[in-house]
Amino acid sequence: MSELLDIADRVVAQARPGEQVEVFLGRGHHTEVKVFDGAVESLSSADTQGVGVRVIVGHRQGFAYAASLEEAVVAETLAEARDNAGFGTVDEYLGLVAPDGVEPVDLDLYRPGVAAFPADRKVELALELERAVKAADARIRGVEAAEYGDSTSESAIASSEGVRASTRRSSCSIYASAMAGEGTETMTGTGYSVARSPEDLDMAKAVKDASEKSTRLLGARKPASRRLTVLLDPPIAASFLGLLSSGLSASSVIKGRSLFAGREGEQVAVPFLTLVDDPTEPQAWGSSRYDAEGLASRRNVLIADGVLRGFLHNSYTGRRCGVPSNAAAVRGGYRSTPGAGSRALRLTPGDRSQEQLMADVGEGLLVQSVTGLHSGANPISGDFSVGVEGLLVRDGAPAEPVREATIASTLQRMLLDLVAVGGDVEWLPGGAAGLTLVIGDVQLSGS
Amino acid sequence: MIDEAVVARVLTAALRTGGDFAEVFAEDRRTSSARLDDGKIEELTSGRDRGAGIRVVRGETTGFAHTSDLTEEGLRAAAEAAAAAARGGGGGVKEVALHRVDPSRPHEVEILPHDVPKARKAELLLKADDAARAAGGAIRQVGATYGDSHRRILVANSDGLLTGDEQVRTRLMVSCVASGDTGMQTGYEAPGRTIGFELFEEVDPADIAREAARRALEMLKARPAPSGTLPVVLKRGAGGVLFHEACGHGLEADLVGRDASVFRDRVGTQVASPLVNLVDDGTYAREWGTYAIDDEGHAAQRNTLIENGELTDYMWDHLRARKAGRASSGNGRRQSYHHLPMVRMTNTYVLAGQEDPEEIIRQTPYGIYCVQLGGGQVNTATGDFVFGITEAYMIENGEVTHPIRSANLIGNGPEVLRAIDAVGNDFDTWTGTCGKDGQGVPVSSGQPTLRVSAMTVGGTAA
Repeated sequence: MSELLDIADRVVAQARPGEQVEVFLGRGHHTEVKVFDGAVESLSSADTQGVGVRVIVGHRQGFAYAASLEEAVVAETLAEARDNAGFGTVDEYLGLVAPDGVEPVDLDLYRPGVAAFPADRKVELALELERAVKAADARIRGVEAAEYGDSTSESAIASSEGVRASTRRSSCSIYASAMAGEGTETMTGTGYSVARSPEDLDMAKAVKDASEKSTRLLGARKPASRRLTVLLDPPIAASFLGLLSSGLSASSVIKGRSLFAGREGEQVAVPFLTLVDDPTEPQAWGSSRYDAEGLASRRNVLIADGVLRGFLHNSYTGRRCGVPSNAAAVRGGYRSTPGAGSRALRLTPGDRSQEQLMADVGEGLLVQSVTGLHSGANPISGDFSVGVEGLLVRDGAPAEPVREATIASTLQRMLLDLVAVGGDVEWLPGGAAGLTLVIGDVQLSGS
Repeated sequence: MIDEAVVARVLTAALRTGGDFAEVFAEDRRTSSARLDDGKIEELTSGRDRGAGIRVVRGETTGFAHTSDLTEEGLRAAAEAAAAAARGGGGGVKEVALHRVDPSRPHEVEILPHDVPKARKAELLLKADDAARAAGGAIRQVGATYGDSHRRILVANSDGLLTGDEQVRTRLMVSCVASGDTGMQTGYEAPGRTIGFELFEEVDPADIAREAARRALEMLKARPAPSGTLPVVLKRGAGGVLFHEACGHGLEADLVGRDASVFRDRVGTQVASPLVNLVDDGTYAREWGTYAIDDEGHAAQRNTLIENGELTDYMWDHLRARKAGRASSGNGRRQSYHHLPMVRMTNTYVLAGQEDPEEIIRQTPYGIYCVQLGGGQVNTATGDFVFGITEAYMIENGEVTHPIRSANLIGNGPEVLRAIDAVGNDFDTWTGTCGKDGQGVPVSSGQPTLRVSAMTVGGTAA
């Protein structure tokens, strides 16, 4: 790990007078096993590494990256970033962040279990998953995918302004997609489990989800169009929280792309909704000790009791708005410059289980999968329209399955039409925790 | 990129544990991009990715490893890791003799983007920004990105093949935000071609910007989209993505082979309206999904998939074709050397028909007219798919009337293919990125103006 920081230090030391230099380095090892029909289909192992260099000089920014840590390549990357800085627009707010004295929380995101897990066991796990899904229900005719994957990764950041930080993490996952029924009656369902170490993977849950979600949709029909109350399963609710993320980024606010712009202090959601971004929460998948500019992560309250409280800032957006960064710089690895955004969104949970919520609602639709989130949801206008599969809820209990339908509303209305927040928190992969959400008055389109 | 003798020795090493097929895929990709937002050139970015992926196949099992170290030592280490993963038994020495094949290129690249001064790339963006902002006071924000990539690949395998290709792609993307009484709306336009900087001899950044701005302004006037089942007319170019999702993915031989496609066992049968002729054409000069060879070294082809509504063939990569005892159709692609290849589309086109496009609208009493689509998604096992509309209008009494807000349309592939009841005599294409199993590759889709007699529109209006 110190090796990455050493490389970063060597590059930073080359900063010229009047020049700010930031180096971000990443390195990882990944393996993946896919099985099909009782045999290994593929076993992949990969080492990745790369460097991203940002140079700011004369209030102009340039960037370059390379998928290599070879000394000559790193030197070429610095030279390219420096050259690129000559073509940016002068912007007085551009500048690297200086350390702000906040101490990072101690997060244990790396477990030795992944690196120590032998390839044979990975293969066995994937084969066992496939067998178990197939055996879970006589109506399952095949397993479209059964996979095991893991990775260990480390990253380091250093800058001419004195930032120096490094982290490492491990993760592993199993994933299965089951096909139930025959011919045009085929329905699919997925199940998965993620963990920081293989012994924490929940095989039983992955098998149960894939099996139940595919078989309970058998016989699904296109429902009649109407307005109704929908219950979003925890993973679906997490996806919807993710859609709010861009509007809560100060970068979107500054650039006029946020549906929350100018609404601080306003009631934007029902009074029982409190939303935080908390990458210091150890159970959150997106947790990390540092943000993408190397400041210590911290908990930020975004919406409290339905009132919009603030936005997520990196150093640039903070400077533009006259506030300090709240350590919400994010980046997609070494290939990009930092933006501002969420990593670990979480709603304050209610106290009802999904079954209790269904009983409370009486009539509605339980949504178990959505499609077209990227094509049918516009985080700027707030319009959303997505394909859904799930179960109608009748007399407070799950009833007939539906497919080939859509639900539509706007994100703004959804926050105000919220009926209940479940108590069933699920720590899911991705940038948000899931729990059942109940939303009233949503348009269902079918026949 | 790598010496021929080294490649031969690495392939020999890869087969030492008993593999029956080995392949070296090496790639060197240089990219450059420039991003404008909020009136400013935020930054220029240069990128470099170089490395090799090595796979070893033994029976039904593939072992794969990749490395960014292109020395013989680095390649051998990756070959040994891939061979161990394929877990062969016996083995012995199988010498590999390579025969170089120079592919015929679909077209020539005139101006390598690397030779263009960076200042000229930045200028394109400022020009786009000016033009978009001049389109109307309601345009509140403009984002523009220029991007180019120069990808050199080398493919060698234990069948003796040694070949390579250079792929140059250039693209400009402009997005606008307009603000009005109904809130904010967005507009987007993003042409791209498998050519160099000569793209801008035919594409004026100001025109692209004006089109993105027009779209955002138009959407400010939009009313909620209807909800329910309606006829849908797709303007030429706009609807190709429907075929990409409704049947393209379902015709990929890997998904068919896993029994995860509704089109399994349907070759030779009527799967679509007789008006439908569908091809996947990797040779179409200059298009976004075009190449000389795929990422397994097979020449790109023009493959007929549906002829007069009858399914004629699937798309194939090396492994699936080998298993079926036939030739690859040149559809084996991968995002980069980090990935295993799989069956992917290239340029997927519905061929033009006979009807006057305007007449198709006139003969639609009530429905929607889609001018731009925003991507989609399909579950190939069920055939259910969605796609988003980003510019669409109502058709009332045979005339295009007011714009409607963005929404998803949902349908079932086999049902929608049968429900196509009019195909126009025009044609255009659309540039996109196809995602499958976590890998993105450039593709295009295309089609004439055509009508689907019934699809479910996921709007909010009753």
